[in-house]
Amino acid sequence: MKSRIVAIVAALALTVPVLAGTGSPAPQFSLASREGKDVSLTQYQGQVVMINFWASWCGPCRQEMPLLESIYKKYNKLGFTLLGVNVEPDSKAAIDWLKETPVSFPILFDKDSKVSKLYDVAGMPSTVIIDRSGKVRVLHRGYKPGDENEYMDSIRTLVKE
Amino acid sequence: MRESPQGRGAAARLMRAAAAALLFAALAGCATPQPWVKPYEREHFADPIMSANRDPVSSTYLEHVFESREGARGATGSVGGGCGCN
Amino acid sequence: MQLSAEAHSARPDSGVRLSSFKRTLLTLCVCTAPVIGGVLPEDRADVMWHYYNGGDITVEGPSVLIRKKVGDSLSFTVNYYEDMISSASIDVKLSASPYHEKRTQWSGGVDYLHGKTMYSAGAITSKEPDYKANTIYFSLAQDMFGDLTTVSLGYRRGWDQIYRDIKVNGDIINDPTFHERADHRGYSLGISQILTRNTILNFNYELLTDQGYLANPYRKIRYLSPGQGEGYTLADQVYPDTRTSNAASLTLKHYLPWRAAITGQYRFFRDTWGIVANTFEVDYVQPWHNWTFDANVRYYRQNAADFYSDLFPRADYQNFMARDRELAAFQTYTVGVGAAYQFHVPGAPWVSRSTFNLHLEHFLASYSDFRNALLAPEYGAGNEPLYKLNANVMTLFVSIWY
Repeated sequence: MKSRIVAIVAALALTVPVLAGTGSPAPQFSLASREGKDVSLTQYQGQVVMINFWASWCGPCRQEMPLLESIYKKYNKLGFTLLGVNVEPDSKAAIDWLKETPVSFPILFDKDSKVSKLYDVAGMPSTVIIDRSGKVRVLHRGYKPGDENEYMDSIRTLVKE
Repeated sequence: MRESPQGRGAAARLMRAAAAALLFAALAGCATPQPWVKPYEREHFADPIMSANRDPVSSTYLEHVFESREGARGATGSVGGGCGCN
Repeated sequence: MQLSAEAHSARPDSGVRLSSFKRTLLTLCVCTAPVIGGVLPEDRADVMWHYYNGGDITVEGPSVLIRKKVGDSLSFTVNYYEDMISSASIDVKLSASPYHEKRTQWSGGVDYLHGKTMYSAGAITSKEPDYKANTIYFSLAQDMFGDLTTVSLGYRRGWDQIYRDIKVNGDIINDPTFHERADHRGYSLGISQILTRNTILNFNYELLTDQGYLANPYRKIRYLSPGQGEGYTLADQVYPDTRTSNAASLTLKHYLPWRAAITGQYRFFRDTWGIVANTFEVDYVQPWHNWTFDANVRYYRQNAADFYSDLFPRADYQNFMARDRELAAFQTYTVGVGAAYQFHVPGAPWVSRSTFNLHLEHFLASYSDFRNALLAPEYGAGNEPLYKLNANVMTLFVSIWY
């Protein structure tokens, strides 16, 4: 037990800067996308960015996706983008599922969980909303029907900034 | 009479004490260690083959077959696991 | 012609006389859906035909389950189950009247999810011509420590009414002079702990207490009486009117890298009747394309209850006396295999998954101190060969998820 605590403290001390909470700058990252080429967060500087961590094996994640698609379509022209970060080490199940339930926003593959760790993902799904200046403004864990309204309220406020 | 009333009362008291201890531990959750299996690492537990009770109707019936022919009973259920979502 | 101890009743020993309490414990496995961290159980419907054949008894029947979410926080489950018992045991063969009986059981439960806590409650009612049982249960399950741990507590309460069938003018009716009751209480604790990405450990403890009439109204004990009949005389059983038992089990489930799952379970049981039992079981599940195969082996061993004997030395030998083979010293060996095929339902897009399943088990019970009393004329009372029970069990079912 004691060695477990020592190991955890040591690991925390050695980690790269992780998400400290709302108001802090969003950690930068670059991941492979569906099209093959890498996508990085810096490309969206100046826009409101919503990052949704999801997996094909997670029921609430699958339930949420069509609603995220309609949010993306609605606010995309106002300087908003949605990045769907898939957390599975093997992308095959996710790609198969997207064939059945296609979405038009970018899907990125975090196969070795480096971005999940950066953003301290503590629940599935997890949603992060970043404002135009690159600061994290919303951290939302899980999905229950009705949460999409909260997302839209936050996005409406942030795109006006 | 082989049964002692004190035996049953003591067992119930033990159960209540265990329940209280566990609830207290849950409330004191802030001071607990970080989960070493992250929520995004639980894909295997979401797989139906890892489910505690894959076919409830069939497994309940098979347990019934054993319990009606054997003297022992109880403690065969399972909880927990799963995708850990929400 | 004198019949064996087993046959000395208006109703042969069906071997499925199961206290309602045990039945409700099992039904709970159906109604209290497994807690899956933070999500309600999946909607599903199962239709099953179950079949048991062993010891000249056949028990078969349907079991139907329907589970449906209502809103975001509630899930309802309903189950209908039937046992149709037909016996061809020796007494029936002699009296040339086939024996049939039906037991029907309805159960319903609700699960309510609030944050990381699942609350469950339900009721079960079982009815057969000579036994009526009602049970209610409550439980709660809590996820903690980053959802790696789930703790659950449960309580159940049962009330039984026990009757006895007798034959009057060729009809089988309830004996008006016989009406007994039995009460049951159960407390359970479950702790499940995710150990690694691939392994989960489950601890389960259950305390059960029974009070009232706990015997079987049709069975008798026998005591040695040289020179009379086959060398033994039948007499009434005398059971204690309370029983308390403790059972604890550990289950380890592990995901294998080629996509398979292996499960090992050990259970320890002890009660106030002097029974100590150990159960070991190993299960293996292997998916392959649209199929899922599984195999299991199980070993069970118990010693006899304090007041059990196959043949008592004389009449009124001790305060409590029983000859129920479930209370004897014996071992059971079970081997099972199963196959499930996932199929597509054309024209029903609301069905997300559907499987067709068959499971077969072979069960062998080998008794150390229960003898086949039918053979007393040949071997002498107390020297008959030890009894062995061989049985085949089948479940055939269709499951759909929607």
